[in-house]
Amino acid sequence: MYEFEYQKPKTLAAAADVLKKKKDAKLMAGGMTLIPTLKLRLAKLSHVVDLAGMKDLVGIKATKAGVTIGAMTTHGAVAASAAVKKAIPALAHLADGIGDPAVRNRGTIGGSISNNDPAADYPAGLVGLGATVVTTQRKIPADKFFLGMFETALKRGEIVKAVEFPIPKRAAYMKFPNPASRYAIVGVFVAETADGVRVAVTGAGGCVFRVPEMEAALAKKFAPESVVGVSIPTDGLNEDIHASAEYRAHLVTVMAKRAVAAAIGG
Amino acid sequence: MDVNVSLTVNGKKVTGKAEPRTLLVQFLRETLGLTGTHVGCDTSQCGACVVHIDGVSVKSCTILAVQCEGKKVTTIEGLAKDGKLHPMQQAFHENHGLQCGFCTPGMIMSAVDLAKRNPKPSETEVREWLEGNICRCTGYHNIVKAIMAGAQASHDLKG
Ligand SMILES: Cc1cc2nc3c(=O)[nH]c(=O)nc-3n(C[C@H](O)[C@H](O)[C@H](O)COP(=O)(O)OP(=O)(O)OC[C@H]3O[C@@H](n4cnc5c(N)ncnc54)[C@H](O)[C@@H]3O)c2cc1C
Ligand code: FES
Ligand code: FES
Repeated sequence: MYEFEYQKPKTLAAAADVLKKKKDAKLMAGGMTLIPTLKLRLAKLSHVVDLAGMKDLVGIKATKAGVTIGAMTTHGAVAASAAVKKAIPALAHLADGIGDPAVRNRGTIGGSISNNDPAADYPAGLVGLGATVVTTQRKIPADKFFLGMFETALKRGEIVKAVEFPIPKRAAYMKFPNPASRYAIVGVFVAETADGVRVAVTGAGGCVFRVPEMEAALAKKFAPESVVGVSIPTDGLNEDIHASAEYRAHLVTVMAKRAVAAAIGG
Repeated sequence: MDVNVSLTVNGKKVTGKAEPRTLLVQFLRETLGLTGTHVGCDTSQCGACVVHIDGVSVKSCTILAVQCEGKKVTTIEGLAKDGKLHPMQQAFHENHGLQCGFCTPGMIMSAVDLAKRNPKPSETEVREWLEGNICRCTGYHNIVKAIMAGAQASHDLKG
């Protein structure tokens, strides 16, 4: 690791101030992405700004309309939350499948979505459910938050405070995990919501994306066979030692089919 | 530039100097001389370094010492009480849950966390829990057996 200065501000305003003044300062949430990146010297920072002191960023609130999860809430807390399991079981299941227990004890929803790894799970959950990201400056719909590989709509000094999830009629997330890291080779989140059916895919491309053909077919008939005939083009899909673009395209249909079956099943 | 870090390790209050970039595992091993916690990888994947922070399992290679200011850390050295092995350590001993022993401290610390949450884990639950603990000797069979026995023994001890 290169050297840096460590700060643990007490307020979001103080944290935002450091980010604005110091060009090479970065926020730290659970550190589960940031610290490995620093260890491999893939980043050189002047300041690490720890959000751990801000208790009001931690917690889960459920109402009839939806579930709000604070940015510093860990994956483990979401997975274990009785409120999330009751309102959106698919989201608790998604959180429970991230990495391993020790990673889930530290990693946070705010860190995961701000990082926007192309193979991360939460982006599919947010886009699939039509969630809203609440920041220190505004509210951003999930469809407009994830812009590209490791790229989000966040501006310099803008901090994620929470994510608001509307409660779907039914939903499920299915992922084909990388056997080593558990990141998604392909993950598909399917939800039947008040505003229609949404299908969000992670792991397959450079950034989470929706599949309108599947959404249209599922709107007509919410059944696994509706997506079987829909395949997505391989253009622009990820290709690496784990899976070719063709294989990933194939997995999108398979995982979508399984997700629909799981959504109907429970 | 060094800063002072104060925390409680295995029940004792300690203060030591660390750079902001010093990892907890380096602080434990190099500053405090507690070399029971191992480092097996550079990518936060192997779990040889697992310790408990305020009772919860964490990879000590992926947290800075400065982040642990004021916290309670338990390492493998802190499990035995009055010269008596912790039930989970005893179970690893009895079931021969190790080969070279390199992954063992992390395995046991993870297993103790599991046993607290789930006193009677099934084989599948144990295997899923070990997602983040890699054994290079690939002796998982006896590790899983040891954890199931150790969880039961920890539970019985509490009554
Ligand atoms: C072994 C291992 C396996 C993993 N497996 C998976 C997996 O299967 N699926 C998966 O999805 N992820 C996986 N992860 C990643 C994990 O989910 C991380 O927790 C997550 O990507 C980052 O969250 P964090 O809280 O640790 O953020 P950090 O690492 O602290 O920060 C990540 C980035 O987000 C920024 N940031 C953090 N919080 C905020 C905020 N509130 N507002 C604005 N910016 C912010 C930081 O500046 C930094 O750039 C894995 C990680 C490891 C080490
Ligand atoms: S040394 Fe910490 S996970 Fe490998
Ligand atoms: S016993 Fe050798 S690494 Fe697990």
